[in-house]
Amino acid sequence: MDHIDFFHGDTQVLHNVTCRFSPGRFYAVLGPNGSGKTTLLDLICGFRTPEKGRVLLGNDPVATLARRRVAQTISLVSQSYEINFPFLVKEVVMMGRHPHIDRFSRPTHADRYAVQQAMEMTGITHLENRYITELSGGEKQRCVFARALCQDAPVLLLDEAFSSMDIHHSFHLLGLVKNAVHKDKKTVIAVLHDINLAAGFSHEMVFLKNGQIAAMGGTDAVLTQETIQTVFNMKSKVEYNAYVQAIQAYFKPE
Amino acid sequence: MFSRIPDAIPRGKTGFLVVLFSLLLLGSILVSLSMGYMKIPLQNIPAIVLGKIMGAVHDPSSMTATHETVLVDIRLPRILTCAAVGAALAVSGVLFQGILLNPLADPYTLGVSAGAAFGASIAIVLNLSATLVSIPGFAFAGACITLFFVLFLSYSPGSPGGGLSSSNLVLSGIIVAAILSAGLSFLKFIADEQVSVIIFWLMGSFASKTWPQFLLVAGVLLWGFLVAVFYARDLNLVSMGDRSAASLGVDVKKVTLILLVTGSMLAAVCVSISGIIGFVGLLVPHMMRFLTGPDNRKLLPISMLSGAVLLLWADTITRAVLPHEIPIGVLTALIGGPVFCWIFKKSRM
Repeated sequence: MDHIDFFHGDTQVLHNVTCRFSPGRFYAVLGPNGSGKTTLLDLICGFRTPEKGRVLLGNDPVATLARRRVAQTISLVSQSYEINFPFLVKEVVMMGRHPHIDRFSRPTHADRYAVQQAMEMTGITHLENRYITELSGGEKQRCVFARALCQDAPVLLLDEAFSSMDIHHSFHLLGLVKNAVHKDKKTVIAVLHDINLAAGFSHEMVFLKNGQIAAMGGTDAVLTQETIQTVFNMKSKVEYNAYVQAIQAYFKPE
Repeated sequence: MFSRIPDAIPRGKTGFLVVLFSLLLLGSILVSLSMGYMKIPLQNIPAIVLGKIMGAVHDPSSMTATHETVLVDIRLPRILTCAAVGAALAVSGVLFQGILLNPLADPYTLGVSAGAAFGASIAIVLNLSATLVSIPGFAFAGACITLFFVLFLSYSPGSPGGGLSSSNLVLSGIIVAAILSAGLSFLKFIADEQVSVIIFWLMGSFASKTWPQFLLVAGVLLWGFLVAVFYARDLNLVSMGDRSAASLGVDVKKVTLILLVTGSMLAAVCVSISGIIGFVGLLVPHMMRFLTGPDNRKLLPISMLSGAVLLLWADTITRAVLPHEIPIGVLTALIGGPVFCWIFKKSRM
């Protein structure tokens, strides 16, 4: 249903990157700072147009689709969650329904239900009548996450969506997302910095370095000491951990 | 920034507020009509104005006939123009604050006022003021050219929002306004005795406004308000930031451009009709946000009505209460400035 075929260098940020994302899979995108991870997500959303190559959503180039149509298919939790205006938390989450509500229509019962659900899942129901500007970074990030969830799109992009969240909420939300991947055949593409978090939840990994794909494939196959050495220039030990039930990477403080 | 809002004020009473402010505006217009050099009893006003519309004929020497002339030909156009300008500035302020993601932006952020001032000064220096149209016409042209130049400076087709981000726009606006204000100083320098005309024009006034001028402002206001309301929900999302808005299905580039042009056109028409009137566009949306919350669908109509009421009272004070008429731009800054300081300090405690 959803496959993004091929795109090419965008002023040297991405070079000849070709990848394909399928429904029912959880993809982790990893790489050093400035390796083009966010640009990759921008291209998928159609925020930027590649100089060469094309991005396909299903069979249509993203660039030709109306923004509203794209928003019904792809939701994004972006890196920045700063909001200057004192909207209520429930109003912010309701904005996730924007692509589903016609201009001048009121939210339907289904819209309100989706908002309730999203707030319950992200554990922000008790904050619904608070101002977004008063919340802590992690709480704001959960609100923005809830907004993307109630957007109810088949593709979910996460751009360092857990950077300010505590470990409990990160695991809870990642579990929730993983569940949606299995149950509703969603596609999740998550830019993550924590290799072990990525290893614990993803089916496949994409390693970017200097705008090129350094390694790509099933998590168990790609996540190796060699990959980490090439991509991050770090010595590590990668092994299966029975407690985590996934392979994990360990780093020694120098 | 301005995050604290008194919890005591409940939200979602927009209908009630619209009715309240509409009545307030109507009442203010009536009271303002009765005030002035010639006192006209409040209870006679509806009859006189309605009589004029119905085409009633009075004996030219009677008191009623004088009252009718004062009301219909002098006070009413001035009062209505003033209310329309206040409304337009407030709507424009709401748009700019939403687009620039900043509750402190105002209609002049993009240098519209500087452009209008420069245009008007050229007309004055070249002595075109003999024809009535030229000063407002030049002011309007100056404002438009400035606006499009600022948009051109900020625009970059590659980025998601078309480069029309808050910092790009504010920076371009400041640069252009700085150049224009230097140009304005130069014009004042070479203007000789005309310099007082320039200075008075810049300070703003509603004296001797005519019906055509009111119709012009009202028409632009109506158009601007409809455009703003049409895109109000998109503006809510734009005020969350480019990427958020785009990922939620807003065509950020298009909406930003349309609303920027709309907001600036509103401001440009106001400036060209009545000179530079500060603080209404900044303060009114800001204060009304305390009542309605930041949702632009509620904020726009309420700001429009209260902007009209506020500027009408400011003008009535300078016209009818003070012994000498002082320029309206000076009055709004003198009242608005301290009020703003108070709100600013209070909201950060």
